[in-house]
Amino acid sequence: MLKKRVVATVVVKDGIVVQSINFKKYLPVGRPPIALEFLNQWGIDEIILIDISASKNKKEPNYKMVSKASEKCFVPLTVGGGISKIEHVEKLMHCGADKISLNNAAIYQPNLISSAAHIFGDQCVVVSIDAVRTDSGYKVYDYLNKKIINDSPSEFANKSVELGAGEILINSVDRDGSYLGFDYELINSICKVVSVPVICSGGAKNADDFIKVFENTNASAASAANFFHFFEHSVNITKCGIKKKIEVRLETHADYSENEFDENYRLQKKLDSVLEEMLFVRIEKEVI
Amino acid sequence: MKNPRIVIIDYGVGNTYSVSNAIDSLGYRRLRISDKEEEIDNADVLILPGVGAFKACVNNLKERNLVSILNKQVLIKKKPILGICVGMQLLASFSEENGVHEGLGWIPGNVQKLQLPEQFAIPHVGWNNVVMKNNCPIFNHNTPDSNFYFDHSYFFNCDEKYVVGYCNYGFKVTAAVQHENIFGVQFHPEKSQTSGLKLFRGFLNSI
Repeated sequence: MLKKRVVATVVVKDGIVVQSINFKKYLPVGRPPIALEFLNQWGIDEIILIDISASKNKKEPNYKMVSKASEKCFVPLTVGGGISKIEHVEKLMHCGADKISLNNAAIYQPNLISSAAHIFGDQCVVVSIDAVRTDSGYKVYDYLNKKIINDSPSEFANKSVELGAGEILINSVDRDGSYLGFDYELINSICKVVSVPVICSGGAKNADDFIKVFENTNASAASAANFFHFFEHSVNITKCGIKKKIEVRLETHADYSENEFDENYRLQKKLDSVLEEMLFVRIEKEVI
Repeated sequence: MKNPRIVIIDYGVGNTYSVSNAIDSLGYRRLRISDKEEEIDNADVLILPGVGAFKACVNNLKERNLVSILNKQVLIKKKPILGICVGMQLLASFSEENGVHEGLGWIPGNVQKLQLPEQFAIPHVGWNNVVMKNNCPIFNHNTPDSNFYFDHSYFFNCDEKYVVGYCNYGFKVTAAVQHENIFGVQFHPEKSQTSGLKLFRGFLNSI
């Protein structure tokens, strides 16, 4: 059976991983290779690496950063930011990217979607849509020029799939960094019109939000950015929480299946007697 | 064989860097990414990666004269080869992806579009557990039913006797094939975390 995917979005600005709040405020987190190595070790299902400074500064993708970051990433890596030519896609594929994410290019150069899909296959092309809620419903948002496009995200998604997009990544700008949970209405509006997998993003706070989005929408994958960076084993712990209700992949000895959580999915301390016994448990590092 | 010479076939469209990273992390140092006959001839084992549309892949193989080079290495010299994703589909007789295109024809069968019930999204993207069959050595180091990362819209439809692993996605999707020294996996071991690294170890230890 196909598992629901738990995805980490790593937002990079000027070579540094940042926490993004409403696409407006950015707080530094650390270096991309370290962030990816840890997410990978903690059992993330997929990583989306978005360079938000590349397009803004009219620069090509930062290939050196991508190839350094991908070295210890043994899960699928989608790279976005600064892609405006087919050569950029080709170079990224040689730097360790498995898929590319088109955002601004999808708005202004839709032909790039089809040309990339023809050469690299449609499974390689993710179209990323930033959506905002307006008085006349959801609209596509152009974050570079900070303007609202007159297309609804579902129309836009549909057009992209016709051009060859293999996945749709839908980001709620309003929920970005808000910890208010995913926007089901927005996500469902996309899932209803496209047959390709939908990845949703924006608003996740803990495992509960993942459970709810998988129960209330047909999304194949859900992504979080910020909260994965801020505590040890964040991915394993989150997935352990999700797995109580939804099928996700959790193949590690550190699966937290015997732990208790509080209402915010924070780990509870184990009983002293259990901790004492654990003193004598030796866990060998797995050698492959 | 200890420390085999490994060549990852470079034909322009594969994610060669990812595959090389994964194998390198297992400690294999005699590892090359190449399309040169001399280096391919010197290799003990070959890997045919793949991210791309079938037609583009076949055309690139032909342009670099790799079809005849590989035929010699694999069919006559019997070198073990592992095809990954489109690299596995290339083993087939032909593919129906955007028109009919001839493949390498090493394992009889054809590559067809996934025909799925409505609730199943296409492409088939994500982690799916693989049921392993016939004790294929590539799975020697994996626990049964391990999850691997899939990302494809077409599948390899071939005789049951070549199928050494399948997964369920609306129907039994061919996940791994083997015919003598020729191996292929539909999923991406280089992107399947520890399960994938174990598969590479299984394959490279079996030669």
